Amino acid sequence: MSLDREDILNHVDGVVRIIKLVFAVVLLSPFIFYLLTKVDFEHSEEVVEVVETPLIENGIDLASGLIVDDNYELVNGTCSACHSIDLVTQNRATREGWKDLIVWMQQTQKLWDLGDNEALILDYLEKNYAPKQQGRRAPLKDIEWYEL
Amino acid sequence: MNRKKFISASLLASAAAFLGNKISFGENSKQKKTIQPVSDKKLIPGKHKDLTILNPKPWNAETPPHLLDDKITPANKLFVRNNGRIPEDIDVSKWTLTVGGESVNSEKTYTLAELKSKFKQYTYQLTLECGGNGRREFSPPAKGNQWDLGAVGCPEWTGVRLKDVLEDVGIKSDAVYVGYYGEDVHLSGDTEKVVISRGVPIKKALEDEALIAWSINGEDLPVMNGYPLRLVFGGWPGSTSGKWLSKLVVRNQVHDGPKMGGMSYRIPKYPVAPGTKVPEEDMKIIEEMPVKSLITHPKTGAMVSGSKSFEVRGHAWSGDRSINSVHVSLDYGATWKLCEVSKAVNKNAWQHFKINLSLPQKGYYEIWARATDSNGEMQPMVIPNWNPKGYLNNACHRIAVKRV
Repeated sequence: MSLDREDILNHVDGVVRIIKLVFAVVLLSPFIFYLLTKVDFEHSEEVVEVVETPLIENGIDLASGLIVDDNYELVNGTCSACHSIDLVTQNRATREGWKDLIVWMQQTQKLWDLGDNEALILDYLEKNYAPKQQGRRAPLKDIEWYEL
Repeated sequence: MNRKKFISASLLASAAAFLGNKISFGENSKQKKTIQPVSDKKLIPGKHKDLTILNPKPWNAETPPHLLDDKITPANKLFVRNNGRIPEDIDVSKWTLTVGGESVNSEKTYTLAELKSKFKQYTYQLTLECGGNGRREFSPPAKGNQWDLGAVGCPEWTGVRLKDVLEDVGIKSDAVYVGYYGEDVHLSGDTEKVVISRGVPIKKALEDEALIAWSINGEDLPVMNGYPLRLVFGGWPGSTSGKWLSKLVVRNQVHDGPKMGGMSYRIPKYPVAPGTKVPEEDMKIIEEMPVKSLITHPKTGAMVSGSKSFEVRGHAWSGDRSINSVHVSLDYGATWKLCEVSKAVNKNAWQHFKINLSLPQKGYYEIWARATDSNGEMQPMVIPNWNPKGYLNNACHRIAVKRV
């Protein structure tokens, strides 16, 4: 195989380009290193979890713990303005019960008028956080067995 | 663009994007902080890592029963129950307690140092239990933090007697109630709004064991439990024992601060069927807590090999009364065995029970504990009378064990 002039020039051009790139990386590396040291990784990691697109597992939004369904973001945004979402997810009530709770928060805890959102929030809560019948005493559950 | 150029360009672009993103996340962190990832919930300042967190805003956490095995509850294992935000930037040197209200002769203010030097100090073991402890088991469910078993503890508190301070202030003969105000901040952020202001009838306030306390087990109160000053009324709902205490009011009527009225810390005046809607005027204030016990050893889930015997132990308490006996059952209440029970070190301190058991044959068992108090009242086996807010569940504690 013989190399004509154009092939050789192309080849040289390619090598020059690689050398330029290596040079650029080497020259920039102190600057890149400097940037990396300026980043507060501990802080940013904490926030990464929050800012990334919602992590959802088994239908639960992991950041808030809410069941993912229509308007769960609205519920999250509204309720977490004052208290933790845990106060929602650990409770169960009928639509009437949730409505009573909203009224109580409006009368005593400075909750604002929810306007059209109220019906959407109640739809979500009624569907996803309805009472479970557990009788007068439920069986013991979530037992982690160990040797005594 | 040839392949090499494309790769080098995209590498630089992604490196820039990577660096750029990291930096902007750092800048955004403050405004995003209100949303707490699930993984951050395990850290409560000054508290044992294995407390169960029900709610980080406001902070509420309970202690799993096996962590309450100590006779005197360590400060880091005492449950956390808050209605508002913990006060920040506490300056102890400037902390004062003002005592006022209609039924004092004239209002008086003490610095923390004055309280400590002017009055005789007392130390008592006092049982503190949240009125809603056990709420989780009510059906239909009651709203609020879904406490399981561990919103209770009995540390050793040090402070001055409330009655000594009231005597120094001078109270009128028409005094019926003592209410408190604390420095916690309402969840709405409104600093004018009182989070919670409850209290006790004057009779309870004048008991020897009613303390204005600054110490648990010889150390400063944990911030979560009211540092630097709080009330402690053993045997009554924890909400009567105001935290971050800055003001007392001696009232000539039942105190009417936030969470004294409405449905809060109240139960129906008459027994109701589960799920009944009870009008506010038919509700009454909870006073003494009911008789109760907790198995703190073994931890539920114990597998025992063969007929080996093992100790079952725990604590029992009952409002302003004492415990006469504790029994345990291995057969769902068909037969009961009498435990050894210690005497209370002082009024309102929990008592300790223990017994050696062995399991008759291979299989699954539940150990149930049932305390009987000095009035002859016992714990029910099923969930007691339903009430709208799910208070006072004193059903017997059950743990699961297996013989293998």
